[in-house]
Formats: sequence, C-alpha cells, structure tokens
Amino acid sequence: MNTELIGVIATFLITVALAIPFGKYMAKVFKGEKSLLDFMAPFERLIFRICGIDPTKQMNWKQHLLALLSINMLWFVYAFIMLLTQGALFLNPDGNPSMSPDLSFNTAISFLVNCNLQHYSGESGLTYLTQLAVITFLQFVSAATGIAALIVVFNAMREKTTEGLGNFFDIFLKSLTRVLLPLSIVVATILAFNGTPASFDGKDTLVNLQGDTVQVSRGPAAGMIAIKHLGTNGGGWFGANSSHPLENPNYLTNMVEMIVQVLIPIALIFTLGFYLNRKKLAYVIFGVMTFGMLTFLIPTLIAEVNGNPAITQMGVNQSMGSMEGKEVRFGSWASAYWSIVTTIISTGSVNSMHDSSMPVSGSMQLLGMMTNAFYGGCGVGILNYYIFIIIAVFISGLMVGRTPEFLGRKIEAREMKIASFIALLHPLLILAGTALSSYVNVNHANADWAVKPGNWLNNPGYHGFSEMLYEYTSSAANNGSGFEGLGDNNLFWNITTGFVLILGRFLPIIGPIAIAGLLARKKYIPESAGTLRTDTGTFGIMTYAVIMIIAALAFFPALVLGPFAEYFSLYF
Amino acid sequence: MKTYIIPSLKLTGLLILICSALYPLLIAGIAKAAPGGGKGETLEVNGKVVGYAAIGQNFTDEAYFIGRPSAVDYNAAGSCGSNKGASNPDYLASVQARIDTFLVHNPGVDRSQIPAELVTASGSGLDPDITPAAAKIQIKRIAKLRHLEEADLLKLVEKQTEKPLLGLFGVEKINVLKLNIELNKLKQ
Repeated sequence: MNTELIGVIATFLITVALAIPFGKYMAKVFKGEKSLLDFMAPFERLIFRICGIDPTKQMNWKQHLLALLSINMLWFVYAFIMLLTQGALFLNPDGNPSMSPDLSFNTAISFLVNCNLQHYSGESGLTYLTQLAVITFLQFVSAATGIAALIVVFNAMREKTTEGLGNFFDIFLKSLTRVLLPLSIVVATILAFNGTPASFDGKDTLVNLQGDTVQVSRGPAAGMIAIKHLGTNGGGWFGANSSHPLENPNYLTNMVEMIVQVLIPIALIFTLGFYLNRKKLAYVIFGVMTFGMLTFLIPTLIAEVNGNPAITQMGVNQSMGSMEGKEVRFGSWASAYWSIVTTIISTGSVNSMHDSSMPVSGSMQLLGMMTNAFYGGCGVGILNYYIFIIIAVFISGLMVGRTPEFLGRKIEAREMKIASFIALLHPLLILAGTALSSYVNVNHANADWAVKPGNWLNNPGYHGFSEMLYEYTSSAANNGSGFEGLGDNNLFWNITTGFVLILGRFLPIIGPIAIAGLLARKKYIPESAGTLRTDTGTFGIMTYAVIMIIAALAFFPALVLGPFAEYFSLYF
Repeated sequence: MKTYIIPSLKLTGLLILICSALYPLLIAGIAKAAPGGGKGETLEVNGKVVGYAAIGQNFTDEAYFIGRPSAVDYNAAGSCGSNKGASNPDYLASVQARIDTFLVHNPGVDRSQIPAELVTASGSGLDPDITPAAAKIQIKRIAKLRHLEEADLLKLVEKQTEKPLLGLFGVEKINVLKLNIELNKLKQ
C-alpha cells in the first residue's frame, strides 16, 4: 500500500478526531461553563483590571465592531512604525535593514489582516525583534480577532431576541489565553524537539564537508511557526516557509503543521453545534465543507502524483510525481494535500512552491481561495460561509415559495443587500486588481519604476498571467500564499495588494456581524412545518451549489486565460 | 471610538509582553532540552562541525553523492524554489540539460533510471534528502572514483535509508550529508 497516501488520509482523520472534542471545549469556554483551563481566570481578571476593562459589560453589534476596529487600527500604526525602524532597534544579530515605507505598509497590513502575504524574505527582511514583536504578535491577535468576530455572530444566533452580544475584549482575550497560547506552546515544543531552532543565536557560518564556507540562518522560530499555523496566518520565519528544513524538519512535523492549521477552523464548526445546541446544522456544514475540499483535493492529487508530462517526455523516471518546488521528505502526495488545505483555509503557508505546481493544481489552489468558504480562516471561514447561507436561504425561499428564514429569523432586503455586497466584493477585488496589473504589465512594460512592469513575471505566457491572478486572489482571500516568482516587492504591488488586503478582511467581518446583529433584534419565530429547514442535506447541497456557481460565474474567464490555457498547452 | 482607545492601548502593551517576550522565551527555555539545544542540530566529523543535519549542502565534487538542484546553491542565508512554471520553455530546457549532464558524468546509467527529483529543484533550495533510487544510480560513478566495491556502497546506501514515519506514513529518503560523512569513512 502507498505510504504517502496513507499519510494523507491519516492526517485528515487525526484532524477531525481532534477537532470534535476541541470544538466542544471551545463552546464551553465561550459559554463560560467549567473547562480545563479555568485556572487562567485570575490571570485574565488581572489583565482586565490593569487595562480598565469591564469584561461583563454587554456590547451590541455596533459596539463590537467599534472595539474591534479601534484596536486593529492601533496595531497597524504600531506595526508600521516598528517595521520602518527595525534596522536601528535591538535584537538584530544579522544586521538586517529597515523596511521601505511601501513594504512596511504592505507587511503591517498583511499580518494585521491574518493574511501574511510576504513581499520580503524572513532571513534578510526582518529582525528578531520584528519577527517576535510585530509578526508573532499580530499572528496571535489577528487570529483571536477572527475568533471573537465569529463568537459574536454565534451569540446573535441564539434564540432570544437581544441587543447584548457579549463583550468583545472578554471573548478576544479568552481566545488567546484558553485556545491559541496553550496550543501554541504544545506545538512549538513538538517542533523544537524535531529540530526547529528556538534560541536567539544569529546566523551561523561554517565550513561544510566539501570545504566551502556557508551560512545558515536561524532564530527563535519554533514559537512563531506554531501560531502561524494555529492562527491560520501562514507567514513563514524563513523565505521558503514550511518547505524550509528548519521550519518543517520531517514528515512528523509536516503532519503536525497540516493538522493544526486546519484544527481550529474545523473545530469551530463543531463549536457552533455545541454552542447553539444545533449539532445537525454543524454536521451539515462540516459535510458541505469537506465535500468542497475534496472537490479541489482530488484533481490536485491526480495531477501532482502523475508528474509533469513535459518531463515524462524527456524519458526520466517520475515515480515520485512532480517534484519541482517540492521536498523529498514530504513527497508529492503530502505536498498536494497541503497546497489545498492551505488555500481553502486562509493559512497560506506552503510546503511546496505553488508556482511550480501543475496547471490543474494551480487552478484548484486558486478556486480554494476564490470560494474561500470551505473550513476557511480562524473564525472568518464560518463568517464567509454564513454569507453564503444567507444567500442560499433567500434563493431557496424564492424557489419553494416560503419566507426566507435562518434559525428562526426572517431575512429581509437589508440583510440580503449586505450579503450580496460581501459576496460580490471578493470577485471585484480580485478581477479589478488583476485587470489593472495586466494592463500595466503590457502597456507600460518599460515604465521607469524600480522594477519595470515588464520584468514582474518569472514565467512567460499563460502562467505569467496566473502569477498576477494568484497574487490578488491570495490578497482578497487573506490567504498569503503566492506564485512567488512574481516580482512583488515594489511600489505597485505593495500598495495595490495592501488596499485589497484591508478591504478583503474587514468588510467580510463587518458584513456578517451587521447581518447577525440585525437579525438578533428581530422576533424569534419558532420552527414550524412551514419553515425551510437549514440543517438538512438538501439545504447543504443548495449552499454548495450557491458557492460554486458564484465562483464559476465570477472567475471562469480568468481561470481560462491562466491555468486552463496552460493545461491545454501542456497536455495536448 | 475614543472609549476603546485607552483600554486597547494598555491591552496591546500587555499582549506584546505575553506573546512576543514571555512566550518565545518559554519556548527557547524548553528547547534547551531538545537535540541541538534549540540552535539547530549539527553534525560533526572529528569534533569539527561540518553542517546542519537538516540543511542540504552543495556537492560539486563528483566523488560525493550529489543532492538535488537548488535555486539558492544551498546557501542557507536565504531560501527559495525556482518558481518555474511547469510549461516554461526555459525551465524545461534546463531540466533537459541537467539530464544530459548527469548522463555524461554517470556512464552506464540509462535515462529511464534517473529519478526526476534529481533534476528538479526543491522548494526551499536546501532539501537535505534524496530518494534511495537517486542514491543508487550514483553508486557506479562513486565506486569508480573512490576505488570502492559497488556492493559496499549499496550496503551503505541501504543502511542510510530512513524508513517512512512508523513504517506507515510518507516517503523513504536518505540524508545526503549523513550519507557522505559515512562515505568518507569507508576504506578503499
């Protein structure tokens, strides 16, 4: 039996087996019931006392958003200034320089919004201080922000009509102290014991076996790599991300990193079931999302395992599959699996270079981010899915002639307008960005910029177009992976993707919270025989269809110009 | 908004202390008990460090087993893949050239025996491993250059082969640096 295939299946099964109890645990934590880490409570109370926050004060949906946006704005200013001045600050053993203003802008936003698009390389672009005090910090708090936003929506879904949806700071801090920090300590320990560096020593210089002098970058990486996955952040300590042998030393760490990056997104689905006591709804959502993942995973596995047909023609042995951009210790199966997991959820860490994936895989990675609702990022995945549920409820309601209701509340024009706006924003950001960059690339190829637009692309033809499409898709989906051949550290890319990142993060948080907040104020209508049931397989299929049809209608032309055209040129 | 700014500022300060100072220091402390003490595991020959176990090295000397092509020439001050697309004609030409070069330097090896991973660049540019197949087709060349028995080299390659995790998950592989360190120990 194929051990690479078994590895992939085992990884997925372990993930689900851990996610169910963990989802239950999170439901208890956020409900305020007795749970494992209650000994953190005095510590949390101390933090709130110092900060002058009353964690029992209820907030309505507008106050939640205000608190969320205020604290995020502070983090942006802080991160921007730190990156701009890092070269002159302490904890910089490798003597790396400060970032340019446009790169600081892009990087600060990118980590603030849980995207982790990286237009720099970790070894030379950051100092240990900014790796920890900016990057690691934002990886923690942006993930906690996502979880807090989701719990607010859960609170709004409860049966009683209410304005009070919990306290933002309370949920936010508990996401850190009860979920992200303890898990990160466990994962970082596993990584450290498998060879990931964790000490503060700088770059090492040594004479290798053959007698050449070489350097090896290091640093306190293990802790950052743990939260980078747990928080679906994805930004790597090293440039090559989790394909780097210190960032992901062996098959065991590869399994661990694959499991923990999707653990919280899957667990939160079950949290919904336990939190609202609607387990069947949770199972339906889990089923749809898993089916969505398989839709993208299976073609990718087939394409990668069979290798590059152009290399097959050269007569060499491709029994390992397509290995350009992949590492031997992971093989093509685990690399293909990772590439889909990381794109459907918003991690964006990579253990192989997506730019060198087969065209079919490239299109599946793109579709994973274009749909952006199967499992999805920490908290925000279900928020995106929530938008599609609202649309599916509305459409099904029209189809069968029933009033559109979700969890006992009527969906009306106002909610529907917000949902449509959010669902259409995503394709707009991606396609407008790609159109703009394509225009500049072709018509102003020789513009007198630091990097001439004509030199942006690392590959000619269809694949070059895919590189630009991928960059905006990754930004809008807050994913952070890239077709890294793209020359993206320059004014044009730093600024345009920076704006796409902000819009692609905060509007899809504001939208669902607003809808949920508006719905929570309405009268609760108990379910009756006339209610359209949303926890059935039929409704699951309907939601899946809505997600796929919106993606297909919006993105098919762009995919044809990029990966599909490349596929036909390579295989026929 | 103003009501939230001051509490947010204080909370931010505390969280930076927790997430960016206490947490990494704790991990650094725990890692002291790990192999390599959290500084990365090194390999030594006669008491001298010759490399990191996890980081691949560039072997240009033909008397060593060679690893995979690297986009950064195995300089671990940086890391990246080639990022070449599957249909890129320049890329395909360079793969073809690597195959031809390999055949010239390894007479007696058939084209169909060359594993593709030996002529394609890794993701990090620092891949420490090759597959057993990629090691075995180099035996003939190395045996000739080092005046060793092919059977002894085959034994060495098999001894250095690492099985899949628990014998169940993943791939068989060989760490090239470890293999070459052992190779140097073989008597002529």
